[in-house]
Amino acid sequence: MALLEIKGLKAYYGQIEALHGFDLELEEGEITAVLGANGAGKTTTLRAICGMVKAGGAITVEGENVVGMSTESIVAKHKIAHVPEGRGTFVRVSTEENLRLGAFTRRDREIEKDYERVYHYFPRLKERRSQQAGTLSGGEQQMLAVGRALMLRPKIMLLDEPSFGLAPIITEELFDILGQINKEEGVAMLVVEQNANLALAISKNAYLLETGNVAMMGPADQIMNDEQVRKSYLGY
Amino acid sequence: MTSTQVNGNVPAFLNENPKDRIVVLGVPLPLLERVGLFVLLAAVVVLPMVYDGYDIYEFGKILMYMLAVLGLNLLTGFNGQFSLGHSAFFAVGAYSTAIMMDQLGMPYWTTIIPAAAVCFVAGFLFGLPALRLDGLFLALATFALAIATPQLLKYDGIAHLTGGVQGIVLDTPYPPAWIDSIVMSITGEELSVDRWKYMFTAFVAVIMFAGAWNLVHSRTGRALIAIRDNPLSAKTMGINLAMFKSSAFGVSAMYTGVAGSLFAIMDEYLAPESFTFAEAIKFLVGGVVGGIASLFGAIFGGWFVLEIPNIADLVASSLADYINNPQGLTGLIYGLFLIFTVYVMPMGAAGLVQILVHRISTKR
Amino acid sequence: MDLFIEQTVSGLATGAIYACLALAVVMIYQAIDHFNFAQGEMAMFSTYIAWYLMDDAGLGLPFWVAFVACIVLSFIGGAAIERIVFAPISDAPVLSHIIVFIALFSMFNSLAGFLFDFTPKNFETPFGHTPFIDGVISSHRVGMIAVTLILLGLIYAFFRFTPIGLAMRAAAASPESARLVGVRVGFMLALGWGLAASVGAVAGMLIAPITFLTPDMMLGTLLYGFAGAVVGGLTSPLGAVIGGFMVGILENWMGTFVVGSQLKLTVALVLIIVVLLVKPAGLLGRVVVKRV
Ligand SMILES: Nc1ncnc2c1ncn2[C@@H]1O[C@H](COP(=O)(O)OP(=O)(O)OP(=O)(O)O)[C@@H](O)[C@H]1O
Ligand SMILES: [Mg+2]
Repeated sequence: MALLEIKGLKAYYGQIEALHGFDLELEEGEITAVLGANGAGKTTTLRAICGMVKAGGAITVEGENVVGMSTESIVAKHKIAHVPEGRGTFVRVSTEENLRLGAFTRRDREIEKDYERVYHYFPRLKERRSQQAGTLSGGEQQMLAVGRALMLRPKIMLLDEPSFGLAPIITEELFDILGQINKEEGVAMLVVEQNANLALAISKNAYLLETGNVAMMGPADQIMNDEQVRKSYLGY
Repeated sequence: MTSTQVNGNVPAFLNENPKDRIVVLGVPLPLLERVGLFVLLAAVVVLPMVYDGYDIYEFGKILMYMLAVLGLNLLTGFNGQFSLGHSAFFAVGAYSTAIMMDQLGMPYWTTIIPAAAVCFVAGFLFGLPALRLDGLFLALATFALAIATPQLLKYDGIAHLTGGVQGIVLDTPYPPAWIDSIVMSITGEELSVDRWKYMFTAFVAVIMFAGAWNLVHSRTGRALIAIRDNPLSAKTMGINLAMFKSSAFGVSAMYTGVAGSLFAIMDEYLAPESFTFAEAIKFLVGGVVGGIASLFGAIFGGWFVLEIPNIADLVASSLADYINNPQGLTGLIYGLFLIFTVYVMPMGAAGLVQILVHRISTKR
Repeated sequence: MDLFIEQTVSGLATGAIYACLALAVVMIYQAIDHFNFAQGEMAMFSTYIAWYLMDDAGLGLPFWVAFVACIVLSFIGGAAIERIVFAPISDAPVLSHIIVFIALFSMFNSLAGFLFDFTPKNFETPFGHTPFIDGVISSHRVGMIAVTLILLGLIYAFFRFTPIGLAMRAAAASPESARLVGVRVGFMLALGWGLAASVGAVAGMLIAPITFLTPDMMLGTLLYGFAGAVVGGLTSPLGAVIGGFMVGILENWMGTFVVGSQLKLTVALVLIIVVLLVKPAGLLGRVVVKRV
């Protein structure tokens, strides 16, 4: 059984059904990309996994259906770290306090040690450790968001457009680091990305969403070479 | 309780459209309202023929509270501005009347219109800065106003007018000779002061209620409601927000202020302790429990705030062996009803009636 | 000059009380964007509980035992009010919240009189009413300042240095992100209410020996607390504390030298309105007053 297994996922905003019942799987230690046009339902999918929108169907994590569970319990119990759209920075506290919050549900004694782990991936954050997080640059905040997610020692990371607002060179760097984290720590990742090339490059599998349904799925290289996908999403 | 918000300040239930098109048993609702108005008027006229003494005094009090609550409803229910400080305008009205009677020797009945004017101006002026305060902050400012008012009324610097802590004792409002003689010729009895006080109060209250009814059904009323529901689009529709909102504050203060005038006349006495925050709470209770976005709700609200202390006394006396301080019950019951209303019937008693009426009208 | 010093120092002592209430108000405001109009009445009710715990007619406990017990009970009470009364209406409009706060105000005010009657009661102080510095300040007022400073220091340390304190700040500022890192936001809200109620209880127990214990004792005090919060900045706990002290001193200055003691509450009223209009962010806060 896959680490994360989604069956017939529906999601609702009030009366509106945003996802219409599709399946999705994420295997232990793998990266899976989720692509799609604006409004396709990528963010909604990630939010549904974390219990942040009303969902129907089954979302099974480590064998347990989490539909209906509170976000807090899902995060704490299954070690799912969500890097939300818009970064979700705690703007009024320092960089390091943001990292500390990332480890809020942990009760072990290694939290201090993990600051260094994050700083190892993002040295820039170390320089800014006591700066108020709201005053970090957009790119720095994006790194902070990933760093904060790492502090959970997650089994699964959900990344919602991690490249948003980053310079191309920084974006590449970030994806390198994501690949590295995945290899070194065995974290499974579900990556939503507009920059499909980069996402596909580090992913094993990919899903293409279209207005709340899965339009296509398969190994990342196969998706990358698909004529249709190339035209609509990769731009060549 | 729904969470749909209109503009973040106003509960969704306030947004309910006027029930113009609802037909009950073949009678359109506006007509029904009109009929209701006349039934009410009839009741108002008949009551003094039946009751006298303390009973009729209490009915007068109900009408007085109805006016005070009406002021709050016009402001909050129809214009979306909050006030926790209407006890202050109640005081302005009462003291205006008292000072005119006491210092200028004016007859009680001549003081109502000038007192109303004073209260309108006071409300309008307070409404000006209030314009710049968002809902919650307006609530804070008016809360502060209510808390500060009793102390201000005791201030030595104006004690020669207000009577300071002692307050002012006023002349008894005797009925005019011609009315007395008319009543005498019809009933063969002298008109009691209590009955006359009631009749006078009812006269003022009915006129003002009718005025409020006309106001909310007029273009101005629709503008006020538009401002409540969506200030931005009201502005783009060319409604002068500042003017309407401060005027609404003025009119609201005027209603509550005239209630204050009547209070002074009826009780023939007033003192700062009658104008505490507890009074503002009463108005809020009356407004909310009756239905804050409703005119008829104010009648129920007026009755409610007056009757609850009586009921509390009754409960207390029947449990006299266990209860030592029955005064404490009233506020407790008020609070429980406020919470109950917010949780269970956000449109108040008037809303409940409306729902029932709707049920009947859609049954066919 | 002597009078000036005396008034300033005693203003500092009452300012300590206002600082506590301002802090309580700001804690709730930051957490749920509402003003707790019942904060003063909750504090008053807590003080009655303390009185019951220590009075001979009640349990007759020693002062400090009653003091701590009262803080604990107030904490539980505050948290319970959040869970039972406010959690169900968290999405409801502003007006609903205001109504419920006023309902609580009315209920606590009445309940105090109902349970403990309306006659003013003496409230004990462990510090005594002897002069501490002759003609300047009494021992009780020194005690007020000391206890408040210790309390504020503890609260500061709690928010600054403990993970729970950090999580509470996070939950108040960005509840959604807080949930994503596993912070139970509802629980934090209840904690915040509990803390605010405790801080209010301390304020009540410190001011009662001066004002006497009555159901209405906190009315004016809360108004100054609000004034302190507004002056200091509604989004800044530190600002609220500073604002509270400033208002305490200002109250005495105005009362003694300018308007006389009879217009003190009017000063608070004017202060609140003027600051909201002219400098809505207060001393240390961010702008929160929306212009409509
Ligand atoms: N809070 C909301 N209320 C109502 N509808 C919403 C809400 N959030 C999203 N939707 C709708 O749900 C659908 C999916 O939105 P979603 O945010 O998941 O898209 P997305 O794939 O993440 O798009 P983007 O690439 O622009 O981020 C859209 O049609 C959107 O309008
Ligand atoms: Mg998205």
